[in-house]
Amino acid sequence: MSEAAAHHGPPQGFIRKYVFSLDHKIIGLQYYGLALVAVFVGMFLSWLMRFHLVWPNAAIPGLQLLSKVGAPGGLITPEYYLSLLTMHGTLMVFFVLTNAPFAAFGNYFLPIQIGAEDMAFPRFNMMSFWTTFVAFVVLLAAFVVPDGPPISGWTAYAPLSAIGKDAGPGLDMGQNLWGISIAIFCIASLLGSLNFIATTLDLRAKGMTLMRMPLSTWAWFVTSCIALLAFAVLLPACLLLVLDRVAGTSFFVPAGLVVSDHLQPHSGGSPLLWQHLFWFFGHPEVYIAILPAMGIVSHILINSMRKPLLSHKVVIGSMMAIGFLSYMVWGHHMFLSGMNPFSALVFSFPTLMITIPATVLTLIWLGSLYGSRLQITAASLFALGFISMFVSGGVSGFFLAQPSIDIYLHATYFVVGHFHLVMGVAAIFGVFAGTYFWMPKMTGRMMNETLGKIHFWLSFVGAYCIFMPFHYLGLAGNVRRYSSFVDDFMAPLMPVHKFITIAALCTGAAQLIFLYNLIHSRFWGPPAPVNPWNATSLEWTVPSPPPWNNFGGVHPVVYHDPYQYSVEGAKEDFIMQNSPEQVKTTVRS
Amino acid sequence: MATTVPEPPVIKPQPYMPSPGKDGGGGSAGFHGGGELRAVSDRSPEPARTGIWVALAAIAMAFAALTSALIVRQGSGNDWQHILIPRILYLNSAVLVLSSVTLEWARKRVASYSRGEGATRSEAMQWLGATLALGLIFVAGQYLAWVQLRSEGLYLATNPNSSFFYVLTAVHAIHVLGGLGGLVRVMYLLSSPVPVLRKSTMDSTSYYWHFMGMLWIYLLFVVWLKL
Amino acid sequence: MGKFFAVTVAIIAILSAIPIVMNYWGPPADISTHGAAIDDQLHETMWEAGVSFLAAQLVLALFVWQFAGRGRNDKLKNFPGGAKWLVIAAFLFVGTEILALGVIGQKAWATVYFAAPDKDAVTVQAQAGQFAFYFRYPGPDGKFGTPRPDKIDEGNQNFFGLDPENDVASRDDIVAGELAVPVNRQVNLLMHSKDVGHSFYVRELRIQQDFVPGLDLAVHFTATKTGQYEIVCTQLCGLGHYNMKAYLNVLSQEDFDKWLKDKSAQ
Repeated sequence: MSEAAAHHGPPQGFIRKYVFSLDHKIIGLQYYGLALVAVFVGMFLSWLMRFHLVWPNAAIPGLQLLSKVGAPGGLITPEYYLSLLTMHGTLMVFFVLTNAPFAAFGNYFLPIQIGAEDMAFPRFNMMSFWTTFVAFVVLLAAFVVPDGPPISGWTAYAPLSAIGKDAGPGLDMGQNLWGISIAIFCIASLLGSLNFIATTLDLRAKGMTLMRMPLSTWAWFVTSCIALLAFAVLLPACLLLVLDRVAGTSFFVPAGLVVSDHLQPHSGGSPLLWQHLFWFFGHPEVYIAILPAMGIVSHILINSMRKPLLSHKVVIGSMMAIGFLSYMVWGHHMFLSGMNPFSALVFSFPTLMITIPATVLTLIWLGSLYGSRLQITAASLFALGFISMFVSGGVSGFFLAQPSIDIYLHATYFVVGHFHLVMGVAAIFGVFAGTYFWMPKMTGRMMNETLGKIHFWLSFVGAYCIFMPFHYLGLAGNVRRYSSFVDDFMAPLMPVHKFITIAALCTGAAQLIFLYNLIHSRFWGPPAPVNPWNATSLEWTVPSPPPWNNFGGVHPVVYHDPYQYSVEGAKEDFIMQNSPEQVKTTVRS
Repeated sequence: MATTVPEPPVIKPQPYMPSPGKDGGGGSAGFHGGGELRAVSDRSPEPARTGIWVALAAIAMAFAALTSALIVRQGSGNDWQHILIPRILYLNSAVLVLSSVTLEWARKRVASYSRGEGATRSEAMQWLGATLALGLIFVAGQYLAWVQLRSEGLYLATNPNSSFFYVLTAVHAIHVLGGLGGLVRVMYLLSSPVPVLRKSTMDSTSYYWHFMGMLWIYLLFVVWLKL
Repeated sequence: MGKFFAVTVAIIAILSAIPIVMNYWGPPADISTHGAAIDDQLHETMWEAGVSFLAAQLVLALFVWQFAGRGRNDKLKNFPGGAKWLVIAAFLFVGTEILALGVIGQKAWATVYFAAPDKDAVTVQAQAGQFAFYFRYPGPDGKFGTPRPDKIDEGNQNFFGLDPENDVASRDDIVAGELAVPVNRQVNLLMHSKDVGHSFYVRELRIQQDFVPGLDLAVHFTATKTGQYEIVCTQLCGLGHYNMKAYLNVLSQEDFDKWLKDKSAQ
């Protein structure tokens, strides 16, 4: 095992300081940077897909440079569309939604919020980032191998993903790279989760009891517990998949398959086994993406409302309930997969149950807004936007949780709309909120609020314009993962698709405002004070950015619950967690 | 990035000195190294103690996934053919169990040595070395088991049973090699002129090692019952 | 700014609901016996989810409108009843929904999956392969020939791998590229995949079921309205996935018999 936190001294030299750094803050920034690259690549891929769907005959100049075979003359082939789809999903789910809200912000702020000087195992932490980086490079390498990226989707359903090149383009080397990349990613995430759990349990400052941890820390902690068990299942699953592909085993490939006129030399494997293993990871993964955003949003909303949420404990309990239930619902992805129809009912029930903690959280957020002193900032706007998106994406889950309705809506754009809103947009809004809120601490520079608000309005309206119509398409029976709609009943839906594409192009372009704001403020923004938002948690007691050992060698001592806002009789309207000031509090958290 | 960064404080390495431990049982917290910023007495246990249990939980989960894959796979096809497991596995199991015993002896001597209660460093090193050797013998024995299966014409892709046999034993062997790495590290830390081996490092390495032993017994049972 | 947010959220919520309320893009008319139950379930869920959606968005808008921009001198208020009543409300509200939809609504699922097919159901085998569906009728002997993967030869139109030389039962099997079924008679569809995962989806029939390689499944339905409907593949199956479709022809019993006769004459 690696040494305890802060066993490492101040970093010396550029490489130690910024590349192979042991400092959790640098590692957090590295994760953030990686997620930023991945999100722009992923978004660009979604642009290409949306463009191809509605203007299939319009060449995209220069695209042939990306793939001569996949986009001859700038025209995307049906198989290259599926390659883009696979890469978009994989990049977004693994390298953006797992990295940004959890690994990036968690790494940066979890130790500071609990008063620690670093993660429990700084070397593991560094390895965790660089392993993720290797996974990222291996995945992107699929773009340059001769047969291009895999076409089996981010879920890589066997046997399509397990057979090899007979099954189609991209399923040779590209799919191998996919499997290896995800396996490496699993190792990285396991190291990361191990670190988060040990840090939270062992390195809390004096007085920082579990219930005094900020909600963001709680969210990261619960998430790391989920991730630990989820990625531990995906890793062997990827191993078996790669073995089926390169070693000729038959874990997932049954006997007697005739693909491209070749009888496949496999026997007895179970395609459903892959689905079970994948979704046992895959459903908790949804909560790995959304829970940190819930924590971040709660943390920011409390600060903007100048009052704690109605109940700290209920929020924590709900997050734990969601984490626990997330392991019992994976089968709802498989209602129509041919598994025993009785198990569909068994999986449906906890899926519907998970609505209860989600509803509790939503009601707590809404109820806490009542009577607050809500300050509108770019961060709080994104936090409010998160609630709106979470509700919109959440209610559609109620349809898909019911097997009978799933018969009609499964594999339609309704599902696409559902998970993009609740897992994609909502989690990304959490990340945006966190960015506007914490970037001053992370870079020492304030971000531009006006640009931030413009970015919010364009993103908020834009995201609704993109993803709400997906639900309508789904209700009309529009099937997903099609590179063009040749079927009679889907053709009339093209105007909706056009609207979505235009909205996607505009909303994507609006993200450049964010990128500009991020880069410009990083270098030329006004210097950030220690506590620009009058917040109470420990990250706002240290300089912006914090020194290498966070608290300058002093061990913080915690005297208060995390959210002592609007305290009657206090010197200011808030009391920092480490302030010894004792006031009879009227607002209880 | 440097707008308001203060000078980092100077760290004074603390000399090695035994201090009373709070976690009774075989040893004390006396053997942690210098430069320990975190040495605050009212702190929770060292992270390695928590970390090892978390890591073992993840490993257990991964093998649970493989086991359930095995059960599902057994039911999915009609190509399940029992294989005769190589006899050498029983010998390997004995070796691995024995290595756990020698490791416990080693741990006692390390604790006794660090408290200054009679055991010498070389004694402790000998038992650690014995554990290391037994671990290597185990891995070599596993390799012999594979050689034997191959000579019987059972390769990784021959049938699902041989596939699972190779996967389970190989994944376990990789974890055992990791444990051997941990042992080497313990020996390295113990052998440095100023002993910097912490109790938590020693303990977590041995927990990991014992877990590998238990995991192997479990796997042997699964292999014997199912394959 | 807070008021602007409130107005935007309210407008988005209402605009989002309009296409649903006006039923611009709803499901097509149902043509199956079991579909009505699914539609009812969908309709009911739409009501409950729609009301929850609108209520939550409008309350969010209302509270932001009311409380944004209040300063230090404005009095803080706590939501009447606090967290306890909200938790109870969530349990009661969602719990009722779960009971109403989850438990009662299982009936719709049960009619598709738990009931055994009728004895006099028309049995058809569907085979999905990259990237086409083929359908096989047992012929006058009422028996399917045994398919053999090694005999599959698409060049010679032997899509199922039949072996008429050795297998008597396969000699009169009728193979078609479209699914013809008689109206108002139950059809038991045996599902077999030739290569990778596929899915059978007919919107009007309210039927969707995966083809799982190595696992032969069955699904049964009764079509109640003659006409031609599209069958599409909904499980990503490779580069031609978007173009994998076939037609379902629901015929009157006489037309169906005639169709069978014509096919077997070929």
